[in-house]
Amino acid sequence: MKFDLAGQGIREFNRFLHGPESEGAVVEVDNPSGCHNLAVGALQNCQVTVNGHVGYYCAAMNQQAEITVRGNAGPGLAENMMSGIVRVQGNASQYCGATAHGGLLVVEGNASSRCGISLKGTDIIVGGSIGHMSAFMAQTGRLVVCGDAAESMGDSIYEARIYVRGKVASLGTDCIEKPLEEEHLKELEELLDRAQLNHSAREFKRYGSARRLYNFDVDNASLY
Amino acid sequence: MTNEIDRSWLVESATFSRPVIREIQRAAREGIYDIRGFGAKRKLPTFDDLLLLGASMSRYPLEGYREKCDTRVTFGTRFAENPLTIETPITIAGMSFGALSAQAKEGLARGATAVGTSTTTGDGGMTPEEREHSRLLVYQYLPSRYGMNPDDLRKADAIEVVVGQGAKPGGGGMLLGQKISDRVAEMRNLPKDIDQRSACRHPDWTGPDDLEIKIQELREITDWKVPIYIKVGATRTFFDVQLAVKAGADVVVVDGMQGGTAATQDVFVEHVGIPTLPAVRIAVDALKDLDMHRTVQLIVSGGIRSGADVAKALALGADAVSIGTAALIAMGDNSPEYEEKYNELGTSAGFYDDYQDGQDPTGISTQNPDLAKRLDPDIAGRRVANYLRVMTLELQTLARAAGKTNVRNLEREDLVALTVESSAMARVPLAGTDWIPGFEHSR
Repeated sequence: MKFDLAGQGIREFNRFLHGPESEGAVVEVDNPSGCHNLAVGALQNCQVTVNGHVGYYCAAMNQQAEITVRGNAGPGLAENMMSGIVRVQGNASQYCGATAHGGLLVVEGNASSRCGISLKGTDIIVGGSIGHMSAFMAQTGRLVVCGDAAESMGDSIYEARIYVRGKVASLGTDCIEKPLEEEHLKELEELLDRAQLNHSAREFKRYGSARRLYNFDVDNASLY
Repeated sequence: MTNEIDRSWLVESATFSRPVIREIQRAAREGIYDIRGFGAKRKLPTFDDLLLLGASMSRYPLEGYREKCDTRVTFGTRFAENPLTIETPITIAGMSFGALSAQAKEGLARGATAVGTSTTTGDGGMTPEEREHSRLLVYQYLPSRYGMNPDDLRKADAIEVVVGQGAKPGGGGMLLGQKISDRVAEMRNLPKDIDQRSACRHPDWTGPDDLEIKIQELREITDWKVPIYIKVGATRTFFDVQLAVKAGADVVVVDGMQGGTAATQDVFVEHVGIPTLPAVRIAVDALKDLDMHRTVQLIVSGGIRSGADVAKALALGADAVSIGTAALIAMGDNSPEYEEKYNELGTSAGFYDDYQDGQDPTGISTQNPDLAKRLDPDIAGRRVANYLRVMTLELQTLARAAGKTNVRNLEREDLVALTVESSAMARVPLAGTDWIPGFEHSR
């Protein structure tokens, strides 16, 4: 099945994804032309391939669908996704995977700042590097970075786990490096495998919360 | 035996009053600022500083209890496929499950439904009890996105994008660990017993241009069915309202600084924002300036207590009001019935504001199951419904006296001000004069 956005509207396509007729569908979308809000709120188990670049919030709040973007994605990619798989073959702009609750998000290129902000359960895997303040206040879920991480990674992080293969410019408040145990190697291998990225889990370092900020303590006020 | 002191000659400092002295000494002792609930307690210009002009020779009134005075209002006529209609222009404001007990949320839902108005979720998401007992439920879309999911979004009758609230415009929130029950923790994807920070700004947009795209996203996900509100705390209200309209809001909610909170720094509650009185007038001016007054509906909140407050807000041009603190009081908050329990907490009925600590003896602002079960949702709902009915009757009484067949026909011309300040803020003449201070000047 094909949707050509040069002729058909985004609203029509999104409505299709919300209805029962999209269950099991295999859809190609042409001429996205960087449009915003493409494939948002998908509800059914279907496969969507977008041939081109997309704007803001592509694949937002996704449930079940497998969405692939053959191009770059604008801000808020897959924000608050609940389940399914979202894959971008290019780069992703700011706040990709923001507040995402479940499923798998793969960015094969780089992801800009605040990747995985307030993450709530999704596994995000970035083939390249991530921008500053990524995983800010990340609650749960996992962020895997095969390249480098910019400044203040994991600031005010809760229980999310971060794995980085390259250099980390700096850690945010209350984020620390943690030992990479067998349990972590195993889950990392599994995540890399699901993302189809060929790296050795042993090349990564693990980061997480020091849990010093979990309850307000005036003695920690100077940390900010 | 102590000597009796003649206190009649003692002079208390206006600058260093006893409460000020007490707070300085508390801060010195504890090393932390005061976090509390409720809203601003300082004296502010309010709707009490305005009066309505009843009909006389030049206007004729409507017969009380006999001639119809319509109170219905519809939201979301701009874009939504299914606009939301309420029977009385008084809605229940967003308050979170977490800040409030499930019983309190259910009580608010039952009360609102009984009179045909809407209630609103809050930080922490939508509970099944709240959805079940609310005929009209507005779903708040907040910066923290705690409990946010597209299934609940689609169950909502309207969506309210919260940019800020009157008690703390520019501030986020903190649900302290002592209020995090298993259920609250699960809904928010965080461990039990830790403080849960609610962010002060949204994680995936940063300005009005982004917000326009965000609103389109929410409309796409809900297939353009339900109205979308934008809620702002009252500060730079003229610009905020205009930007909200340009971002595509169906409804703008402006929350004045008297608006309540479950947990905010006292310094924030008392020193940030503008009162509801000027905020209403400024918001209406902003809508009129865009020729969008009544096309985009305006809801105002923050310290609304009575039908008189509602009538005056409507006369200034609002379409409806929201109540929060007043609804909690209607359910029993600060009731003398619990005086002994309040005393055990070091306070008294009428003064209790420690919503943040989870020990509310009335069972309203707590997650302690033993306390929460003191609040019967059915009784609480009936009290809220009664209170809403009284406010509506008061509103109609005043509107009829001004000769209005629809409460929204109340207008600024029906008002006069009692003080120079309220006259300037509301832009209505000082009673007995045709003088509005500063009217010649630009905003």
